[in-house]
Amino acid sequence: MATFTLPKNSTVTTGQTYKAEAGAKNLRSFRIYRWDPDGGANPRTDTYEIDLDTCGPMVLDALIKIKNEVDTTLTFRRSCREGICGSCAMNIDGLNTLACLKPIEDVQGDVKISPLPHLPVVKDLVPDLSQLYAQLRSVEPWLKSDTPPPPDAERRQSKEERAKLDGLWECILCFCCSTACPSYWWNGDRYLGPAVLLQAYRWIADSRDEATGERLDDLEDPFRLYRCHTIMNCARTCPKGLNPAAAIGKIKQMMVERQS
Amino acid sequence: MANEYAENTTLRSPLGRVRGLGSAKGGTHHWWMQRVTSMALLPLMLWFALSAASLAGASYAETVAWIGRPWNAVLLLATIALAFHHTAAGIQVILEDYANQEWVKMGGILAIKAICWLLALASALAVLRIAV
Repeated sequence: MATFTLPKNSTVTTGQTYKAEAGAKNLRSFRIYRWDPDGGANPRTDTYEIDLDTCGPMVLDALIKIKNEVDTTLTFRRSCREGICGSCAMNIDGLNTLACLKPIEDVQGDVKISPLPHLPVVKDLVPDLSQLYAQLRSVEPWLKSDTPPPPDAERRQSKEERAKLDGLWECILCFCCSTACPSYWWNGDRYLGPAVLLQAYRWIADSRDEATGERLDDLEDPFRLYRCHTIMNCARTCPKGLNPAAAIGKIKQMMVERQS
Repeated sequence: MANEYAENTTLRSPLGRVRGLGSAKGGTHHWWMQRVTSMALLPLMLWFALSAASLAGASYAETVAWIGRPWNAVLLLATIALAFHHTAAGIQVILEDYANQEWVKMGGILAIKAICWLLALASALAVLRIAV
């Protein structure tokens, strides 16, 4: 059966508390999941008290402040700090989102931060994304066309055809959605998950692509596609406001269409 | 969920594992029939519930006579077929979601299909014996 409880060596223990400097007024506690692969110890939750008067507004600002000023061992991914690279995806206050887009003031009480759920942890807030990247690779997310492009010109697309890609191209592959999906938790080894299916649909919906049928063939599978039960966690958690469930619904619709 | 431990048991590349046995080229019919049966069951179950309620307090003979009327028998048979098809399809999805061991999953799906078939046949026979 699916496993609903954590194995013993994954049970999270209480870690250290790092107090803020005396005199700090605008305090906020950040309770952060820590796990070191070298120590052999269980994961723990460390608490960092941060003076918000000397910290930027976003959760990522607090993480960077902690790493720079309090605890250099805290490990997390980040790059663009403006919601376009997808590196700082993590679970903040119970919802997967980007630390750089999440204002601290939107969180009530202590700010609880843990890595994206149900993935192997590399260290602290860094999850292992290799399965998700392999799944993305498996849907061949690039234009496939046997017709050569017109000489000295790009492949043309009407405004209406181009509009069909809106709500799809904006995905930054942060995988907040896939790791928020219970179906992906239980069957992530076979179900492609919302992020990858949205990417697959992005090419299915592209009027310039000539491999629509092959793409649908590869997705037509009880596990790859039909584990989606429209739970809608994907749409709720997407930090870019996209709706992967709608894209999956359109794939299913096309599967029925080509049979009738 | 199997994948968390797969790292320790295989040196196969992530892409090799994800491609796995390839696409089953199926699942659409199952998914579509689940939707179609649920839509068809909406009016049928409403009809059945209202009819059963209107039969409250009716005698044995009156109830048997109601079942024996051709349209009632036909609709009852349709309700039986669709309801058990829908039940089997739904439980199959639950088993596929939560049963990780292949023999549990396959055995469970076969068992639930057998049970639903037998219950559907028994229910249909009961209606037919009255109606025919």
